[in-house]
Amino acid sequence: MNMLQQIWTQVPTWDQFLAVLLLRDYNTRLVVFSTTLLGLAAGIIGTFLLLRKRSLMGDALSHATLPGIAGAFIVMVLAGGDGKWLPGLLTGAAVFGSLGVLAVVIIRSQTRLKDDAAMGIVLSVFFGIGVALLALVQQMPQGSAAGLETFIYGKTASMVWDDFLLIAGVAMATAVACGLLYKEMTLLCFDEGFAAAQGWPITRLDVAMLALVTAVTVIGLQAVGLILIIALLIIPPAAARFWTENLGRMILISALIGGISGWLGSSLSALLPRMPAGAVIVLVAATLFGISMLLGSTRGVLVRALAHWQLTRTVRRQHLLRAMYEAIEAQTDHAFPELARTLTTGSTGGSTKGSTAAAGRTPGTGEHDFEHVPISFKHLMGERSWSAHLLRRLLNDAQSRRLITRVGAARSAASSDHGKESYRLTWAGLTEATRIVRNHRLWELYLVTHADIAPSHVDRDADQIEHVLSPELVTRLEQTLAER
Amino acid sequence: MMLHPLDFWIILIAMLAGLCCALLGNFLVLRKMSMMGDAISHAVLPGLAVAYLITESRSSFTMFIGAAVVGVLTALFIQWVHSFGKVNEGAAMGVVFTTLFALGLILIVHAPESMDLDPGCVLYGSLELAPLDQVQFLGLQAPRAAWVLAGVLALNTLCVLLLYKEFNISSFDPALATTLGINARLMHYLLTTLVAITTVASFEAIGSILVIAMLIVPAAAAHLLTQRLGVMILLSLIIAAISAVLGHIAAITVPTWFGFRDTNTAGMMATVAGLLFVLAMVFAPRQGMIARWRAGRRGDLTPPAETPDLGPPPALRA
Repeated sequence: MNMLQQIWTQVPTWDQFLAVLLLRDYNTRLVVFSTTLLGLAAGIIGTFLLLRKRSLMGDALSHATLPGIAGAFIVMVLAGGDGKWLPGLLTGAAVFGSLGVLAVVIIRSQTRLKDDAAMGIVLSVFFGIGVALLALVQQMPQGSAAGLETFIYGKTASMVWDDFLLIAGVAMATAVACGLLYKEMTLLCFDEGFAAAQGWPITRLDVAMLALVTAVTVIGLQAVGLILIIALLIIPPAAARFWTENLGRMILISALIGGISGWLGSSLSALLPRMPAGAVIVLVAATLFGISMLLGSTRGVLVRALAHWQLTRTVRRQHLLRAMYEAIEAQTDHAFPELARTLTTGSTGGSTKGSTAAAGRTPGTGEHDFEHVPISFKHLMGERSWSAHLLRRLLNDAQSRRLITRVGAARSAASSDHGKESYRLTWAGLTEATRIVRNHRLWELYLVTHADIAPSHVDRDADQIEHVLSPELVTRLEQTLAER
Repeated sequence: MMLHPLDFWIILIAMLAGLCCALLGNFLVLRKMSMMGDAISHAVLPGLAVAYLITESRSSFTMFIGAAVVGVLTALFIQWVHSFGKVNEGAAMGVVFTTLFALGLILIVHAPESMDLDPGCVLYGSLELAPLDQVQFLGLQAPRAAWVLAGVLALNTLCVLLLYKEFNISSFDPALATTLGINARLMHYLLTTLVAITTVASFEAIGSILVIAMLIVPAAAAHLLTQRLGVMILLSLIIAAISAVLGHIAAITVPTWFGFRDTNTAGMMATVAGLLFVLAMVFAPRQGMIARWRAGRRGDLTPPAETPDLGPPPALRA
């Protein structure tokens, strides 16, 4: 618990807060700009990785850079140079990162192992080689190799102007390349086979995409370290996916989330004591992911739950109406076509529009008083396998929508007469019920005549499809059935 | 070359860890869940840190419990993000384990100085120091890590032997398993739990990277050498054991050729395992590159390397 106290006593003052937020300090400005740009670049290229289901490729790639870093150090020291010359180290990292990707591709194409095993092998073996090389580096006389470990966890605070330039350059190149190759990469993500058939050089495009990932990973090594750069490649696109179904927008949102994570994360780490920037950036990104997953406007958990709930309610209501209709039919012994004729004014379009038009013209003047037949609760209970509780809820809901009314409501207002009360359809309810029953039977008929399914088996299928038949589809069904 | 008694213990510990991991790795590879080991072994970091912060002691047992709980939670979180968020499995793993790793890093940085749990030790372990921590058990003096790993190996072996048929069927055909009355979901979580326990028990000795290597590489190599599950498991165990022995010997000999003292055994073991995999990939009797090349020249129907499973295209329009 003393840890919490420690953090609390070191909460920054307002002035410090402003200083960081307004980027007054040169070093902070550098770090914040760099991480923001890194987040943007990773967000853009990560989107393509996510859609190609290759998110973990970044994982394999970044682990594979370690032997490159250690190897480059050894080579540079043996050549008599400075072992920590950054461009040299990053070149080593890029070379081995590419080798790692190549190894994944070879394992996948030459053996029956799948993506996951190929990536796991490359990741662990390359990293193992790197660890072995690092141990050697530490024994070198010139080797105060402590600096190399920062590549594993990142060391944001030590960034200098050159690092910023490098990150800005790579971020710019990534954005431009993705802009230029937008159409080709999109095609590659969604339909590789089609792209190949159209004559696109898919191998070269793939290489270009992975080269960009390598570049972003390598520049991210210094900023957030080789484990957490994976997070920047995966989390922003995964979060963006909850907000849109449109690729262009997804890239923008992903870049935005990556950028915000970089900006907020590095600012927070500058404000709070002993907060490693890479880790804070990832936690900010993870928070944004959590929010997106819950509230995302397209695929968010809440939105989908709501849609599911609404659909369930509609389906149940329609089941109730159909059950009532069929009960009326059984009691009054009137055939369906007659009723349909009353409602649909004789035109072929038995669509919703036709029915409502008819409803507007002839309210309650139907030849047969279908709407006046009361159906008892008890009878309805036998129509489907629903519980009394559910049925009562459905009846109340339908009543509030004025689809049905309670018969003799004045007498039995009290809920004491369980199962004895009766309901009848209103005109609107009858119209809706007719449409649903019609959909149901059209589909049954279609299955029997065109799909050769036994009449005893079609009810179940029609039961599910009746709710989602569009007016256009109903018209086509009518035409198809009329041709027989 | 003279082997010191300590070298013997190091090899034994590494071998035990390798056997534990390789045994389970077979099922991970067959179920296309290889990266699960990677995710769990990165994600246990906060479990260790929290266990330490709560109990304020570096007792192995509490750390073990903390890490094992987080290991199982990791699998659960991945499942949630995957099924509730409809995020593809790879990305779900990436989201969960990097987040937990970041959390762990922050906790460790803020832990009191007395807690010498540095993240490096989690990543590459301290195999060289493991034999020094000796305990007496059943009248035998052996390193604590060896006892723990022997226990885990016994547990894993027991589970696999008892549930061999269930593991077998549910790995190859989950649908068939379900129709036969095997609870595939339960098998999934049992496997995940075993992997979590194994990861946690092993990584203190050999580091999380070697855990991943031993989980995947021997099993993947064995998968290329045979078509039978029983043989595959045996081969993977042999490959893991060879990696442990050769890895340590290489770690103390190879660097001397270049004028260095020695190198990290865990790293070298992973390297040797990688080399063995490459050998299997090239020379395997039926699946190997040479065998397939020669079969191709003879004009036989080559057993083709399976095309990558791309899955259905995502429902997204550009």
